[in-house]
Amino acid sequence: MATATLTLLRSSVVKKAIMGLTGLGLSGFVLAHMTGNLLIFKGAQAYNTYGHQLTHNPAYPLIAIGLLALMGIHFVCGITLTWENKRARTQGYAVDAADQKAASLASRTMAGTGSILAVFIVLHLITFKYGTLYTITHDGVEMRDLHRLVIEVFQSPVYVAWYCFSLALLGFHLKHGFAAAFQSIGFGHPKWSAHIKCLAVVYALIVALGFISQPLYVYLVHR
Amino acid sequence: MNLTLKVWRQKSDKDKGRFVEYKLNDVSPDVSFLEMLDVLNQDIIHQGHDPIAFDHDCREGICGSCSMVINGSAHGPDKATTTCQLHMRRFKDGEVIHVEPFRAKAFPIHKDLMVDRSAFDRIQQAGGYVSVNTGNAPDANAIPVSKEYSDMAFDAAACIGCGACVASCKNASAMLFVSAKVSHLSLLPQGAPEKHERVLKMVAQMDKEGFGNCTVTGACEAACPKEITLENIARMNREFLGGFAVKRK
Repeated sequence: MATATLTLLRSSVVKKAIMGLTGLGLSGFVLAHMTGNLLIFKGAQAYNTYGHQLTHNPAYPLIAIGLLALMGIHFVCGITLTWENKRARTQGYAVDAADQKAASLASRTMAGTGSILAVFIVLHLITFKYGTLYTITHDGVEMRDLHRLVIEVFQSPVYVAWYCFSLALLGFHLKHGFAAAFQSIGFGHPKWSAHIKCLAVVYALIVALGFISQPLYVYLVHR
Repeated sequence: MNLTLKVWRQKSDKDKGRFVEYKLNDVSPDVSFLEMLDVLNQDIIHQGHDPIAFDHDCREGICGSCSMVINGSAHGPDKATTTCQLHMRRFKDGEVIHVEPFRAKAFPIHKDLMVDRSAFDRIQQAGGYVSVNTGNAPDANAIPVSKEYSDMAFDAAACIGCGACVASCKNASAMLFVSAKVSHLSLLPQGAPEKHERVLKMVAQMDKEGFGNCTVTGACEAACPKEITLENIARMNREFLGGFAVKRK
């Protein structure tokens, strides 16, 4: 029984469902992260206090491990699927399908956009999470001054450009991924699929534009 | 019409294969793509060469034999059309047309444009059937079937198993084909009792054959001559995950 279950777990449908579920989990995370970032518009105290409260929540280590696990599984599963997909067609076509028989660019480039995002996440953690540790006291509580670091980092046009590019790519990845995740977990229906696709576009736009607003605001306003 | 054809020629599955260029003059816009190839093959035979091998049978869009990828699209540029139903008037005078076989590791090339699609047969044999006890034929109307479900099952059953879904998918995934077969049987009361067992077996065989995974690009749906929809893949996923959850051994 154990081997049969293992074989089933390795099946294409299960791997896709895992990809969809972890993807939906990460979609929820990016929305929450983006919403938190918007506090930059309120000022240093709100921004730093939010970060402080978040990292000093007793559930924080558990959530952090959960998130890392989600990303790890999504990444490993994605690599496995891509590798299998490449092996399924060793020789490509001389001409690409055009017009009504062509697939959308976002859907064809998920592995590529996903890989760039993985690099982005690692660099992003190095820059901010493990970046210079400034401290500040707000209302008598000593906390990390992440606001100062963010302002410093986004003075560089290279950083701003890289962030805008990567986060636009995240939007592109979400546009296809968010809708496809529902299909992969078995939720596809003529009554709902068009609405889900529409929701995915709106979701991707909100997340990407919300994220991009931070570096642009810092670069243009906090000179 | 004058056309330039670049046709994939490959002697056997061992051969590397290459494009060979053919110039065609005075092609009637009213002939089908396969008839145009017939004319070309006559010329090739008269010149003492080996004609282009391609699959065909009914030539009325229902058998699923004809294959080939025309200018990057399985069954050519038209929607809901098999290669045999594609007419030369769809092309422009002077156009260069690339003709290639369906490309997938699970569909090895026999010769030129002919591929071995027996992987589909093995998937069907793994579970794409309904177990029926022998005896008197039951009354045709004894089992109620709703109109909605009968229509959905019929739409799925329209799949002719041509393999255009595999050919057009960037991952050479067979999920549209398998999901059509799964849906066609599971939506009807006669097929429903075995639906979990069926989907588990068919998906296992599909994976074993070396097809890729679905990334929901929708290329299969766009290429399908019988307009099988992605909804079927969602149903297959649902039934597979359900079957996986309730499976006892």
